[in-house]
Amino acid sequence: MSALSQLSATEIGAKLRARELSVKEVAESFATAEDRVGAFITRSKELDEQCLRAQSLIDEGVGGPLTGVPVAVKDNISTRGLLTTCASKILANYIPPYNATVMDKLEAQGLVSLGKTNLDEFAMGASTETSAYHVTRNPWDFERSPGGSSGGSAAAVSGGLSPLALGSDTGGSIRQPAALCGIVGFKPTYGRVSRFGLVAFASSLDQIGPFGKSVEDCANLAAVISGHDKHDATSLPRDPISTINLKSGSLKGRRIALPVELFDDSAEPGVLAAVTSAIDALKREGVEIVQVSIPEIKVGVTTYYIIAPAEASSNLARFDGVRFGPRLEGDGHVNVVAETRGRLFGSEVRSRIVVGTYVLSAGYYDAYYLRAQQVRGKMTAGFEDVLKDCDAILSPTSPVVAFKIGSLKDDPLALKLLDYCTIPANMGGFPAISLPCGLSEGLPVGLQLLSGIDHDEDLLQLAFLVEQSLGIKLTPPQ
Amino acid sequence: MGITLDEVRHVAKLARLEMGEADLVALQSELNALLGHFQDINSIDVTGLPGKPHAVPLQNIWADDEPLVGLPRESALQNAPAAKAGLFLVPTIIED
Repeated sequence: MSALSQLSATEIGAKLRARELSVKEVAESFATAEDRVGAFITRSKELDEQCLRAQSLIDEGVGGPLTGVPVAVKDNISTRGLLTTCASKILANYIPPYNATVMDKLEAQGLVSLGKTNLDEFAMGASTETSAYHVTRNPWDFERSPGGSSGGSAAAVSGGLSPLALGSDTGGSIRQPAALCGIVGFKPTYGRVSRFGLVAFASSLDQIGPFGKSVEDCANLAAVISGHDKHDATSLPRDPISTINLKSGSLKGRRIALPVELFDDSAEPGVLAAVTSAIDALKREGVEIVQVSIPEIKVGVTTYYIIAPAEASSNLARFDGVRFGPRLEGDGHVNVVAETRGRLFGSEVRSRIVVGTYVLSAGYYDAYYLRAQQVRGKMTAGFEDVLKDCDAILSPTSPVVAFKIGSLKDDPLALKLLDYCTIPANMGGFPAISLPCGLSEGLPVGLQLLSGIDHDEDLLQLAFLVEQSLGIKLTPPQ
Repeated sequence: MGITLDEVRHVAKLARLEMGEADLVALQSELNALLGHFQDINSIDVTGLPGKPHAVPLQNIWADDEPLVGLPRESALQNAPAAKAGLFLVPTIIED
């Protein structure tokens, strides 16, 4: 790794504004670093033009904290003129004619996009193994998965290939790979960041968010990409996320809740030990720890694997080989569409579409989909009750550390069952963040903090305090 | 009660997914594992509760009534697998 890759994005931004570095020199240093983990699918064109624009913003003195800093972008976020594949063969040749709102916002602030990162096909997975293109490796151990679905983005930041990245989080797809790669990943409140141009998986759960080496990096990137967008009807009418109070306040007197359901023996002992040791450190800082119970957490995974595929089966109906993507031969419209979809979607995507179609079909709708929506409401209410008199809810982010590539491939259910810590934030729209809290068997462990709707600034401030208090910064072995 | 192979075939057809027999059989076994697990949802009492289809309640979101420029035709067609005379060419829907 180069010396630059040891710096945080915020530090790089400060050096750019102080003219200690040039935008071009920074971008080239990252763009030419060898991608040994397979983080990227496509590299950006027009790097020079992007650098010139960013440099002129800095020279004019109108740049922000991250102007000129490189960023990697998950390949399910639309980039005008640049291949956007969702790691699927059905979008193998798709070049969006428009930008996602977050891309316009990055461009306006002069961040330099390095390219598009690998993911599980259509963000369906937790290992980046369902990508139709290649496997992404964990910078901590090349035999292990970086997690997913935003595994390419997490591996890029952890592996020193980009100081920042964007991902999307539908059931934990930012937080879990951040945990497994030893970095910070933040899912903002649903609606704080526009989904316009994010290829939809499960619209009521999807949210774009940042990866960085520190809470401050994530907060600064969240500030760039957030804010109301009239192109997204689910966008909240709020100002962009503010970082003004990020470094104020103290841990003393804060109340943090621990749901017993997220601390049972489903998690690896090493993960629980690292999280427990972090909790002990917070207690010493004067944090009040409260034990709570939210029984619906136990069925969160089921609720998610009914609702998300149901929404996906509808959203993915648009991939029919008529308006974009390759079209396979067949006899008549129905067969052309079925051939194209059947052959070009991978097995995990096909499976979720079938599950979604099944739970929405007549005779099964009430037993599965409606009931799942009812449980979703009850689980969300349980979280809201706890958050009435607690600042945040703390848990492991992932019950396991990075697993061996291929080890869970033959048991899709086992991999899905590992999502139980992250799913509730998506169900309720809550903001949640994962930050490193230690190692288990030499691999990173992530700690998750979750707060109430619209409390993104409070959550980031708390996470910043926790990060300072723990003093843990993880760097993969060379 | 599990899902039968014929049901898997039927749902795949509804979802417009052409799949070989081996893939359907593999999918059947995966679905049965998943649907078996789904039964845990019955342990939660939801009597009288409304469904919650959205994370954040926003209602009646209207766009301003103003004309906007859409995508240029050539941009809209640039990814089409088949296009002619400025239009998408779609597979035959109505037989002669």
